[in-house]
Amino acid sequence: METILPILAGAIFASGVYLLLRQSVILTIIGIILISNAVNLALFSLGRITTENPPLIASGSVIPELPFANPLPQALILTAIVIGFGLLAFALALAYRSYKELGTVDQDTMLKDAEDTSSAIVTDSENNEKRNA
Amino acid sequence: MNGLLVLPIAIPLVVATLALLFRRSSVMQRWIGVAGMLVLLVSVAILFRDVYVDGIQVLQLGNWQAPFGITLVADLLSMLMLAISAIMGLIIAVYSIYDIDKERERYGYYPLLHILLMGVNGSFLTGDIFNMYVWFEVMLIASFILLALGNSKNQLQGALKYVIINLFSSLLFLFGVAMLYGMTGTLNMADLAMRLPEVENTGLVTTVAMIFMVSFGVKAAIFPLFFWLPASYHTPPVAISAVFGGLLTKVGVYALIRVFTLLFTQDIGYTHTILLWVAGFTMVTGVLGAASHFEFRKILSFHIVSQIGYMIMGLAFNTALGLMGAIFYVLHNILAKSNLFLISGIAQRLTGTFELKQMGGLYKHYPILATLFLISAFALAGFPPLSGFWAKLSLVKAGLSIEAYVITAVAILVGLLTLFSMTKIWMTAFWAAVPEIGVPDHFGKMPLFGAGNLYIMVVPVMVVAGLIILVGFYAQPLLEVCLDAAEQLLNPSVYIEAVLGPQ
Repeated sequence: METILPILAGAIFASGVYLLLRQSVILTIIGIILISNAVNLALFSLGRITTENPPLIASGSVIPELPFANPLPQALILTAIVIGFGLLAFALALAYRSYKELGTVDQDTMLKDAEDTSSAIVTDSENNEKRNA
Repeated sequence: MNGLLVLPIAIPLVVATLALLFRRSSVMQRWIGVAGMLVLLVSVAILFRDVYVDGIQVLQLGNWQAPFGITLVADLLSMLMLAISAIMGLIIAVYSIYDIDKERERYGYYPLLHILLMGVNGSFLTGDIFNMYVWFEVMLIASFILLALGNSKNQLQGALKYVIINLFSSLLFLFGVAMLYGMTGTLNMADLAMRLPEVENTGLVTTVAMIFMVSFGVKAAIFPLFFWLPASYHTPPVAISAVFGGLLTKVGVYALIRVFTLLFTQDIGYTHTILLWVAGFTMVTGVLGAASHFEFRKILSFHIVSQIGYMIMGLAFNTALGLMGAIFYVLHNILAKSNLFLISGIAQRLTGTFELKQMGGLYKHYPILATLFLISAFALAGFPPLSGFWAKLSLVKAGLSIEAYVITAVAILVGLLTLFSMTKIWMTAFWAAVPEIGVPDHFGKMPLFGAGNLYIMVVPVMVVAGLIILVGFYAQPLLEVCLDAAEQLLNPSVYIEAVLGPQ
């Protein structure tokens, strides 16, 4: 297992990078998802992944019975998965919204710089409304 | 143990929650937003005194002793960064009262701003590398939403680029953390600093150092990883641009300074040489990019990149003088750069555009605004006696003292080119005649003070300009604090002892 997992993580990372470089935004985000999983796998493979004692300290002793499974990488992965989940959900929502707004998922056309950058700014009439409100 | 250390993280969280409770009342949100920043500033000031007088302050969260628990550490570098971010937070919160529209306020602008600051402060304070990853993510998600809030087309375009590149860099960061843990079995940065030199496979340590350089480099926008920045920072409202331009990239710089002074000092000849090359290219490409653009905020965005180069240069020198210059440069740059963004917002209010070619006559009609611009722009270019001069002087001196003549020459040349694009803005937006078409009716009639409430935007800008002048004339005390901070960085045993106890 300890040799297979890193190889697997590397392969997934590579496919993620390939997808990241594709034109469609959706594929790019799927690429990010794959890379995120590859990184989690790499983290996972750092803990001992053989069958070992649970990391519980018996009463009267100060360390768990050796050899014990390292629980820390798994705690890290859990944190990373939760964070990754939130961020990716946001990225997908953003991609969907951009598709609605820009009418395409092709990055060459959708990410071309707009000429007028002032449109993100509210106009002064809107601001007057705000002042009066 | 100093319980105050938790305040810079807890206050923004409490304030954001409070502001969310008053979601329907934008007036309440504004008051809570500004008051929260004020409280944060006071708490940081108290903490600053503690660190300045008593040395590095440490808090072991949950009373789990290091290296087992999460540690918060405040050394002088952290405190300087916290102080400047609290000051900018307050300035931006006040500026936002007028700049941010009702719609964005209703969708939680102030809570997001505070969550962003919570992430920034957390990254400055944490002494645990995985915890730093978590704070980066807190900061990122808030910045994602702030960037996309409003849903205009070019905001979405900017946000997509920003989100994807930042997600990728975070994953690299996480991978680097995983490798570090695999090599040393610890995540506490002080403990890591002790155990990394014992790792036999030094090649692997250097590889991990490079992973961190790329990951933080994306966030700090160094060459060749900066392309997302000028493509996204000019899209949101000015107040948000100013926070991003002032603070977010500097968090990346802070992280670079932290790991390349504390953790990765085994192979300085290799890693810091790469940093030096990167610094040179960052300075030059950034400033050339700025020279080729004619949109106010795009020019400023490219200058962010160029200025990052100076900070990385100071770090790459790895001497007390160089680091002092880098830290001072960060502080000065946050003031000057954010202020220029804020001024661009006022100019847009008056002329209705960010395009330099459609602007003009600002000097004739608004001499006060012109003066404020001149102060900030000259500070950025490094004119004496403003803050930028001392920042550049100490870096140049640091470069000459270790006989790095080429990079020092590049730094001075880039300073000149910075002046060139600042004069470009000055010549077109301020000195040129008022354009014949496309000028809004209120141009020239809308006063900066009095009717129109524009003063809400002008006063914060004046305060920052005042700070720039103050730092310029009384640079010595601040330079001394920066030097102390640099010496703390170069002597990691102090940091390690503060966290882990006497060895």
